[in-house]
Amino acid sequence: MTTTPEVIAAPARRRLTIRGRRWRPDRAGAPIVLALVVIGGSLVFGDSFASAQNFGNIALDSSYLLLIAIGMTFVIISGGIDLSVGSLLALAGVLTAYGARWGSVAAIVLPLLVCAAFGLVNGLLIARARIAPFIVTLAALLFARGLAFAVADEGNTVYIIPADLTLTRLGQARWLGLHAPVWLALLAFGVGVLVLNRTRFGQAVFAVGDNQEAAELMGLPVARVRLLVYVASAVLAGIAGVLVAAQTQSGLPTIGEGRELEAIAAVVIGGTLLSGGAGSLSGTLAGVLLLKVIQNLINQVGTLTAYYQQVVSGIFLIVVVLIQSRLARRRLR
Amino acid sequence: MLDTLRRRRNRADVLRFLQVGGVYVATALILAFNLLFTPNFATLANLRLQLVQVAPVAIVAIGMALVIATEGIDLSVGSTMAISAALLPLYIGYGVWPAIAVALLAGVAVGAVNGSLVAFAGMQPIIATLGVLVAGRGLALVFANGRLTELFDPTLDSLGNDSVLGVPISVLLVLAVAVIAGVVVRRAAFGRQLLAVGGNRAAASLAGLPVKRTLVAVYVVSGVLAAAAGVLSTARQGASDPSFVGLLIELSAITAVVVGGTPLSGGRVRILGTLTGALLMQLITATVIQQNLPDSTARMIQAAIIVAAVYVQRGRSRA
Repeated sequence: MTTTPEVIAAPARRRLTIRGRRWRPDRAGAPIVLALVVIGGSLVFGDSFASAQNFGNIALDSSYLLLIAIGMTFVIISGGIDLSVGSLLALAGVLTAYGARWGSVAAIVLPLLVCAAFGLVNGLLIARARIAPFIVTLAALLFARGLAFAVADEGNTVYIIPADLTLTRLGQARWLGLHAPVWLALLAFGVGVLVLNRTRFGQAVFAVGDNQEAAELMGLPVARVRLLVYVASAVLAGIAGVLVAAQTQSGLPTIGEGRELEAIAAVVIGGTLLSGGAGSLSGTLAGVLLLKVIQNLINQVGTLTAYYQQVVSGIFLIVVVLIQSRLARRRLR
Repeated sequence: MLDTLRRRRNRADVLRFLQVGGVYVATALILAFNLLFTPNFATLANLRLQLVQVAPVAIVAIGMALVIATEGIDLSVGSTMAISAALLPLYIGYGVWPAIAVALLAGVAVGAVNGSLVAFAGMQPIIATLGVLVAGRGLALVFANGRLTELFDPTLDSLGNDSVLGVPISVLLVLAVAVIAGVVVRRAAFGRQLLAVGGNRAAASLAGLPVKRTLVAVYVVSGVLAAAAGVLSTARQGASDPSFVGLLIELSAITAVVVGGTPLSGGRVRILGTLTGALLMQLITATVIQQNLPDSTARMIQAAIIVAAVYVQRGRSRA
């Protein structure tokens, strides 16, 4: 657990503290609900839910979303939003499969470079040309999806990644029972936590999201910070795309649709404010796991059709965010 | 010296003109391009086809423009279309008009849920309507058992495919909705309240405006319009297809609104701009297809035009 760097001193208030740390109910909401859901799920479904194999599946399923959500957390804390990540995931996957003909290095470098370029353009249009992030990344969503289809010959060509490629073997490797994407997502999470909470850049992300004019007046490199969060978000989406491609040994231009909304939901469930300036990566981790555990639990109920599953997960999203905002409001009082 | 000044003023005029009318200029340009270079473009049949195809997006976009004017967003419109489409075949046994009424009422219900979550529960519009998007599509599939149902009803068919005085009924409907929305925004108390809530919610609240009621009402309007678009799409296809009707239409509608010059920051709305924005995106797709270019090219051109259109308008929204 980490604490938000306080950029502007808040008025003194009596706070509940646990071992010297502030008790933050808005942060605790997602982990508490997650714990309840996991305990409840284990009691109801027993071993079909609470087995090492099922947890491993949940972890693998969560890893791609976590990668995207880490970038999204940075972007949202900086006061922006990134709608392009779902399309970038698909584009990166297609480019990985396309680049696989030249070997593993090309299959990794090509998609990451292209995604970084997308992030750079997003960031420049947002930070320098000062166009609203929602619009810029909406356009990038269209463009990246278009490019993915163009590379895949309008979806008529499916590039296959050979099974004996180093990338495939690494991507499908397991280590201590966990798949490679899980380890990578955990690594990205660790790095993200350090960067967000322990570096000047991380402090600046909070400051820019809290009050951009004030950050500018304090002499912070606002434009650079805003640009970098979009590059980070795009590259993380690219990594997720490479990993998905390595798992499935192919690149499909149709995947990842709506993933950006799922990531935003995970970030918001984790207690990060859409208005910027406040949030945490630990909350995002809990949010991602919560979404995926719930999906898994809904799948466990054999009698629910896929359609009812959608209904339940939509309602669930609303309920969790409602609980979350209640907790956050109590803190403000 | 004077010369530079005059030139600068001319530049400022051009800039202001682009800011206000960029979307109209772009639409005129693409029309001109097609008249010159696309064979068989300027036929009545083709123009009518373009207008009919854009009708559902245009109706949804008008509702979206009103929501965006309150500094909100409605991601649930596509799912609302699906719910309305799924309900039609279930109630068509009672007659076509009762069925349409049920479909529109479902739109009211979805809008009321959205509006209550935003106004009373204080949820962020993007998250509230995202939840409804996910749940709504599922609900539509539950209603329809996930199946496509063909509908053979003469009234519904004529609603989707007939014309009055050469103008398709769906296009007339779009025009009617646009005129009503335009009048409401400019003349009616509700329109002024809506813009006040979007411009400065705290001030609107202090001024004693019914902020919460206005918010609920605007999401209800958006829901009803989306449901109407669902009816239109179903009528045109002659089939209710809840898995695919309205899929990703929220993005097209938001695009139309934004390209049409309505800022996402609320407090301002441009109905005619929204209509033109929807038409512009439709024409881009049509042009690309008729030039025998792949669909992926259309998306990339649309992306470039969105950025360009908003870039030239951005001076206004900051002013």
